[in-house]
Amino acid sequence: MIKVDRTKADGMYAAISEKMPLFIPVKSAGEVNYAPWEKGADVSLDTLKTVKSAKDFFFPQSETMMRFKAEGKKIEIIDDRKEVAPFVIFGVRGCDYRSFDILDKVFLQEPVDTYYKERRDAAVIVTMACAKPEESCFCSVFGIDSADPKGDVTCYADDKYLYFKSNTDKGAKLMEIIGAFGTEGGEKEVEAQKKNTREIMEKLPFTHLDLSVFKPENLNKLFASEEWASLSEACLGCGTCTFVCPTCQCFDIRDFKTNDGVIRFRCWDSCMYSDFTQMAAANSRTTQLQRYRQRFMHKLVYYPSQYGGTYSCVGCGRCVNKCPQRLNIVKVIKRLGDKEND
Amino acid sequence: MTDLENKIIERAENLLESGEAARVVGWKKGEFYFDPSPAEFDSKEQLRDFVYNGFCGANLSKYLIQVSKKPGKTAVFLKPCDTFSLNQLVKEHRVNRDNIIAIGIECNGKLDIEKIKEKGVSAVTEASETGKEVTVSSLYGKSVMNKEDILLIKCLTCKSKKLVGVDETIVLGEMEEAPSDRFEEVEKLEKMTEAERFAFWKSQLSKCIRCNACRNVCPACSCVKCVFDNPQSGVAAKANDDEFEEQLFHIIRAFHVSGRCTDCGECSRVCPQRIPLHLLNRKFIKDINTCYGEYQAGEAADGKTPLTDYTVGDVEPNDVFNAGVRK
Repeated sequence: MIKVDRTKADGMYAAISEKMPLFIPVKSAGEVNYAPWEKGADVSLDTLKTVKSAKDFFFPQSETMMRFKAEGKKIEIIDDRKEVAPFVIFGVRGCDYRSFDILDKVFLQEPVDTYYKERRDAAVIVTMACAKPEESCFCSVFGIDSADPKGDVTCYADDKYLYFKSNTDKGAKLMEIIGAFGTEGGEKEVEAQKKNTREIMEKLPFTHLDLSVFKPENLNKLFASEEWASLSEACLGCGTCTFVCPTCQCFDIRDFKTNDGVIRFRCWDSCMYSDFTQMAAANSRTTQLQRYRQRFMHKLVYYPSQYGGTYSCVGCGRCVNKCPQRLNIVKVIKRLGDKEND
Repeated sequence: MTDLENKIIERAENLLESGEAARVVGWKKGEFYFDPSPAEFDSKEQLRDFVYNGFCGANLSKYLIQVSKKPGKTAVFLKPCDTFSLNQLVKEHRVNRDNIIAIGIECNGKLDIEKIKEKGVSAVTEASETGKEVTVSSLYGKSVMNKEDILLIKCLTCKSKKLVGVDETIVLGEMEEAPSDRFEEVEKLEKMTEAERFAFWKSQLSKCIRCNACRNVCPACSCVKCVFDNPQSGVAAKANDDEFEEQLFHIIRAFHVSGRCTDCGECSRVCPQRIPLHLLNRKFIKDINTCYGEYQAGEAADGKTPLTDYTVGDVEPNDVFNAGVRK
């Protein structure tokens, strides 16, 4: 384990970014989001939750897939992609790190999404252990240990030091750079912190959420629950929950006509939006209740049914903090759970 | 429970019991003290979850568009700010006022849980207000905060404590208006050079994730189908060319609601990236005041508005352009 004095952190970031692009939580215009490190960046490693999650690195909000050029009766298909050079994502919390597994199951199964895979393969991930989880956190419900996340390198932080541990070959390479800024040691401090964090997690209000009713055989019963009406009544139909969510993975593919041909792009979509699942004949979901139900059924029932019981939620709590109307997955889990267990 | 909250629930109960109202629209208890959601209550039993505390910042007036179409009357609790929104919706024939019992209630500014968290206090269990101070209790103890430091942005500059167009009121104490000038921030922006102003908005609007929360919560954004939601419109901009493209969406939206925006501040309250969107709207309000005389949207539920009325005294288009301090 390498121990780096926090006063040397900027020098370390500079050294890493000399080798490859470094993305890290940066405060800009008042909010903390991942951004490329540059000299003078207001790095905020202690921010528990970046507004947007780390999924953007592999599944960006919008991207060009290909271009089409027509000449007479011939259509040329142009793939503009360049090889993705290695890059570092620094400061990924345990919840966001788990979200990559959930996205992988969707994007890396056959047929593999090569756009996603290229970026996924190029990334070196430095996770960040949590020391002060807050009341909206419930990653432990999904078996995540926020005190000791994995990734290529794990970083633990206290007020004075950053501690680094390598977990993979990629991580070992990165440690060669990090090592120059610190000394061996820190095992004791890190162990104490892990213990402390786990104790806090145990006391948080959502830690003991009961997911037992959310299983494939209850699909129809849960779908038909009368609770959806009151659960969804205040929903604005905005996309905040889906866009801050590290596991929401729905997208739209559209063509954009230019003078020069057609650009085919992919962008995030939200099941909360009225034109989501719009088909030539009609839209299968015409009310906000149906859209709202879709989002939570997908996370808690459909996805686990399809992918061996894994829930498509990591308990990051962003929806708990960010929903303008204070609706969130916790309320759904509690209400449906209570009804079924009655 | 405060006396005010008691009185409000009491009134809600007797409106439902007497059958005067078929339902009540208010705020419902969440998972914590600080996360109530807007909700409909149909029975006395449901009212057990009714809350009115420092975190009831949500403006309930927009719900009335849908709710006023339901059979029977709907009673709604509106803070001073929110009453302007209802009036404006009535003026635009979006809400059937005959089906609404509007109850104006006391408000001394609502709190922002994010600001409390930024002060290092988490797991909040209660926030009791006494004058300019708020005692915030959390799982880790109590701390006394200066109320002004933890108010929602929209409550820092209160446009009015008037309860306009309501049928009855529940006000127990004196409501104190926030002293600061709501155009102060706009003036700061006007005094910037074009390059500075561009840099300001670029850094703010680059954060936009285009979730549409600002539009969907806005009482002035009441189109049945927004042009940006229509795949046939050709402008259903789900993807941006660059990160600053969102400026167009926000500026177009501000234009569309100008003269109708009551400055309720919901856009800035709901923004997940905390972009001060209200400043765009306030710029238009300020310019309307300068060009056409003082006007407050929502103050009256009838009459003409500066941008839908023509008088020979109207400013020349060129003067409109110069209304700001831009030289």
